[in-house]
Amino acid sequence: MFSGMTELRHKYLRHHKKFPHVWCPGCGNGIVLGAFIRAIERLELEKDEIVFAAGIGCSGRMPTYVDFNTLHTTHGRALTFATGIKLAKPSLHVIAVMGDGDAVAIGGNHFIHAARRNLDLTAIIINNQIYGMTGGQASPTTPYGAHSTTSAFSNIEHAFSIAELAVAAGASFVARGTVYHAAQLDKLIEKGISKNGFSVVEVMSNCHVQFGRRNKMSDPVTMLNWLKEHAVSKDNGSSLPPDSLDDKFTIGILADVDKPDYIEEYKKIRQKAKRD
Amino acid sequence: MDVDRFEIRLCGSGGQGIILASIVLAEAAGIIEGYNVSQTQSYGPEARGGRCKAEVVISSKQIDYPKAVQLDMILAMNQTSCDAYCYDFKPNGLLLVDSDLVEQPPTSRVVPLPFTKIARDVADTNLVANIVALGALGHFCPLLSRQSLETALFARVPPKTKKINSKALQAGIKAAEKFNLDTLPRSIIPEEEEI
Amino acid sequence: MAHEMNGRKFLLQGNEAMAEGAIAAGCRFFAGYPITPASEISERMSYRLPQVDGTFIQMEDEIASLGAVIGASLAGVKSMTATSGPGFSLMQENLGYACMTEVPCVVVNVMRGGPSTGLPTSPSQGDVLQARWGTHGDHPVIVLAVSSVSECFSITVTAFNLSEKYRVPVVMLSDEVVAHSRETYTIPSADSIEVVDRIIPNVPPEWYKPYEDNSRGVPPMAAMGDGYRHHITGLVHDAYGFPTEKQDEIETFLKRQFRKITNGFFEIQITKKINIEDAEIAVIAYGSVARSARRAVAMARAHGIKAGLVQLVTLFPFPKNSVVNVMRQCRAVLVPEMNMGQISREVKRVNTGLTEVSKYNRIDGQLITPLEIFEELQKL
Repeated sequence: MFSGMTELRHKYLRHHKKFPHVWCPGCGNGIVLGAFIRAIERLELEKDEIVFAAGIGCSGRMPTYVDFNTLHTTHGRALTFATGIKLAKPSLHVIAVMGDGDAVAIGGNHFIHAARRNLDLTAIIINNQIYGMTGGQASPTTPYGAHSTTSAFSNIEHAFSIAELAVAAGASFVARGTVYHAAQLDKLIEKGISKNGFSVVEVMSNCHVQFGRRNKMSDPVTMLNWLKEHAVSKDNGSSLPPDSLDDKFTIGILADVDKPDYIEEYKKIRQKAKRD
Repeated sequence: MDVDRFEIRLCGSGGQGIILASIVLAEAAGIIEGYNVSQTQSYGPEARGGRCKAEVVISSKQIDYPKAVQLDMILAMNQTSCDAYCYDFKPNGLLLVDSDLVEQPPTSRVVPLPFTKIARDVADTNLVANIVALGALGHFCPLLSRQSLETALFARVPPKTKKINSKALQAGIKAAEKFNLDTLPRSIIPEEEEI
Repeated sequence: MAHEMNGRKFLLQGNEAMAEGAIAAGCRFFAGYPITPASEISERMSYRLPQVDGTFIQMEDEIASLGAVIGASLAGVKSMTATSGPGFSLMQENLGYACMTEVPCVVVNVMRGGPSTGLPTSPSQGDVLQARWGTHGDHPVIVLAVSSVSECFSITVTAFNLSEKYRVPVVMLSDEVVAHSRETYTIPSADSIEVVDRIIPNVPPEWYKPYEDNSRGVPPMAAMGDGYRHHITGLVHDAYGFPTEKQDEIETFLKRQFRKITNGFFEIQITKKINIEDAEIAVIAYGSVARSARRAVAMARAHGIKAGLVQLVTLFPFPKNSVVNVMRQCRAVLVPEMNMGQISREVKRVNTGLTEVSKYNRIDGQLITPLEIFEELQKL
């Protein structure tokens, strides 16, 4: 079993070129990358057909390590580059990985418009509730009352719920998982990639170095336990009283709707234009 | 006809169809009559109201400066734009104004015709006042035939409005035909010794 | 509507001619965001691209527009965006990304009065130095300026060709006068238009090094999905495209960016000379002001003044040779601009005591007239 998984990772990793990686020991990013690789393997997609794009931050380095068509773009803009690539070559599977600051602070506008536009892209958003690479500054998902290097006395802003934001903006498929629930995460990413239309998988992750250390959770195990205790399965969540969900988040598939994607719609536009 | 620079300026308020009229004029001269043409425009942020100006330069040679330098003809569709844009005439330049909307033209070589009223009379709408005026402009412009103006007009307007636009153009030409240019002074430059 | 535009005469707006020039050059992707006075380029592209199996998309802002354009180009499709000053400011970061990753694309800036929202419907030449130095970091750029509807078509083709050949973003500066003027123009036949495409790798994928140097300094470029999987990053990278912090690799990479443009100076630095042969004084102008200058030179000649014009089509890399040659010959040169003196700085920079350089500037949102330039020429 163990050797099989190592083999699988070696099939996809650029292990002889770009390792060691930049992530801290115990970082959740590795779990996300593992889940992503397993999803790709299960979907039996060719490496040449996959574009893996990222913005800036710890998540931004993820494409460097895998043997696909990989792209490390500007901060917050991964989805805009992905949009151009997908439209220029619709046969490619285009997946963007972003962090919380990347996707919903500097890239927030691109995120909601990509959801509204419904182009067939997959967005994996690793939400570790902090700006990790730049040194632990508050992000749009840092909880109210939490401490960070730019909210030393406690955060007075309120956090975005990324997955719910994606649902409201019109994404075809929206799911939330955590790096603790790794087996479920594989499947959510797999479903996200195979969905035709804009799909979002928010992954609650741990940054014990920049977030946990300042919020009484300085090791990865404590943080993973926190994720375990605060995640409520979507199916169970609806039966619990609202008060008990206050500091919790739901995991599972939050939206899965079928509507024509941008490329199908644009094909019709081309036909109309040629008739005109 | 060999011509160095024949320059026309059209002005009015936004929504009067000034720019469309200038484009039709430019296409009649440029595409149909085969001259070199440059059409420019300036306008404010308003889609309706405000001041609006368009210019057409027609030449048998390559046009260097694309905007008007010295004008052969100006059309003014209201008093405000007439006050703002009626300058740089050639001595024999001709001003056409909507006589109901421009009460005091700044020159004596002026053809006042009630374009908007004519539009209402023949087409039951103010909207084609620009085309009535275009008919009159075309009549006084030596470089354009009626045929070329009409062809250019039909190529630009929606097919449904062809009839109404045709009526407006003809009405403009007819009104212009009745006006005798010989009644005007030959030059707008006052002969100084006689002042 | 006519799908076949070639060989036919049209009354075209500068903006429309740019769209047609782009399509003639092989552009099949356009992403943009509405802004005066550039919107007609987007409008025309939204109509024309689907007719030729291309793709138009209206993005949520100018940052996204250039991001999508770079993405499409990475997937092998010639791409373009168009904007005006405020949008061009937003594009600067991604413009630097295109320089760093050597992605061909064309960015049009139809200049209007600035700074800030400025004068949306009035012309200006205020963004010349921003086009050169707007994005951060030290890097060469190609900046072209157009003065007529005909150039809006032909120079757009040139912009794509240079962009593809040298793997750089090319900035085209237009201005409100050129953009909104309509002039008669016959679209050339397709076979008379020279179209350059990027060179793609001819080695097997396992041999491909996406950023490997060669004599031209321009590595072959593989499109995503064509089997040449590699990494692309805005970080300084090695020959394989992976981030590097090794000093020798950093300098080799960055110097190549300059070398590839320097190698192409002869072809890239485009100027047009009018009445220069026997000129004693000369106007150096670009954009719509060059049109005024043409007439001013004709007026001067009619008055017995031996004046000439150098129209700069390429603003950067600054066409030093052409300008210096004219400065050697003429006792004075005049640089009229719709800014307080941006290209005149360049002219003065390359003037090593050869001649007298004077400037004439207007920043009131109006095109400099032939008469104004003529009067300045009379003073020289």
